[in-house]
Amino acid sequence: MTTADRVGATTFATPSELEIVVTRLVDAPRALVFDCWTKPEHVAKWMLGPEGWSMPVCEIDLRPGGAWHFVWRQADGTEMAMHGEYREISPPERLVSTESWGGDWPETLNTLVLSEEDGRTTITNTILFPTKGARDAAIETGMKQGMNLSFDRLAAYLA
Amino acid sequence: MATDTLSLTLSALADPTRRAILERLANGAATVKELSAPFAMSGPAVSKHLRVLERAGLIARGREAQWRPCRLEAAPLEEVAEWAERYRRFWDASYERLDDYLSHLQHKENDDDDSR
Repeated sequence: MTTADRVGATTFATPSELEIVVTRLVDAPRALVFDCWTKPEHVAKWMLGPEGWSMPVCEIDLRPGGAWHFVWRQADGTEMAMHGEYREISPPERLVSTESWGGDWPETLNTLVLSEEDGRTTITNTILFPTKGARDAAIETGMKQGMNLSFDRLAAYLA
Repeated sequence: MATDTLSLTLSALADPTRRAILERLANGAATVKELSAPFAMSGPAVSKHLRVLERAGLIARGREAQWRPCRLEAAPLEEVAEWAERYRRFWDASYERLDDYLSHLQHKENDDDDSR
C-alpha cells in the first residue's frame, strides 16, 4: 500500500487484482476537502481531468441512495458522462459511492477516505471492481486505443 | 484478445516475483533455468509463476520441449498500461487543479476573516 508523503504527488497502487488505490496529500483541512468532493459548486471547478475539459453537468444528491451525475465536455463538443449512487456519507472522513461510465463500463465501488494531520489531508480513493465480468467490459470499451506504450510505463505505474 | 484480459493481467501482475520475471523478459527471451537464477526458487516454483503469466497472455513459450524459452507478450500489458495511463492522467490533472483550488478557497476564507 502506498501512502502519500508530500503535497503535489499522486500515487497509484494495485493492492489486489480488484482494486486501484489513488492517494494524494493536499495542503488543506479535510472538512474543506470533503466539501470539494461533495458540493457541485466545488466539484465542477477541479475534477476536470486533463486541460480542455469543462463540467457543464454536476448533479449531487448527497444522501445514502442519492444519485450523482457528472458530464464533461470538450470545446469540440466531445462529451463523457459518469454517474453513480452514494452509499455512505460520513463527513469529513468517508464517502462511499458507486461509479459507472454507462454502456459496458463496469460499476465500481469507490471509497474515499480523508485523514488529516497538521492541517493537511491525505486523500485515499479506493476503486473496487465488482466482478471479473465487469472488468472484461471495461477493457472492451474505452481502454483499447491501440497505443504503443512501453513496458517501462507500466512498471512505473506499478512501482 | 481474451475477454477477461484485464482481470487476468492484473491478477498475474499482483505478484512481485511475476513482475520481476516480466521485467527480465522485457530484455529478451529466456529459459526457465535462466529465469530461476536470480530468484531463490526452484524450477518448479518458477514454472508455476510462468503458467500464471502464460494463462494471462503475458508470456508465450516456445515449442521446443526441452528448453521452452519464454518471451514477453506485450499486448495485455499495453492495454493495462493505456487504461492505467488514462486513469492516472485524469486524477493527476484533477488533483493538480484541486491544489490550486483549495489554496484559492483558503485565501478567500482568510480575506473574508480579515475584512470583518
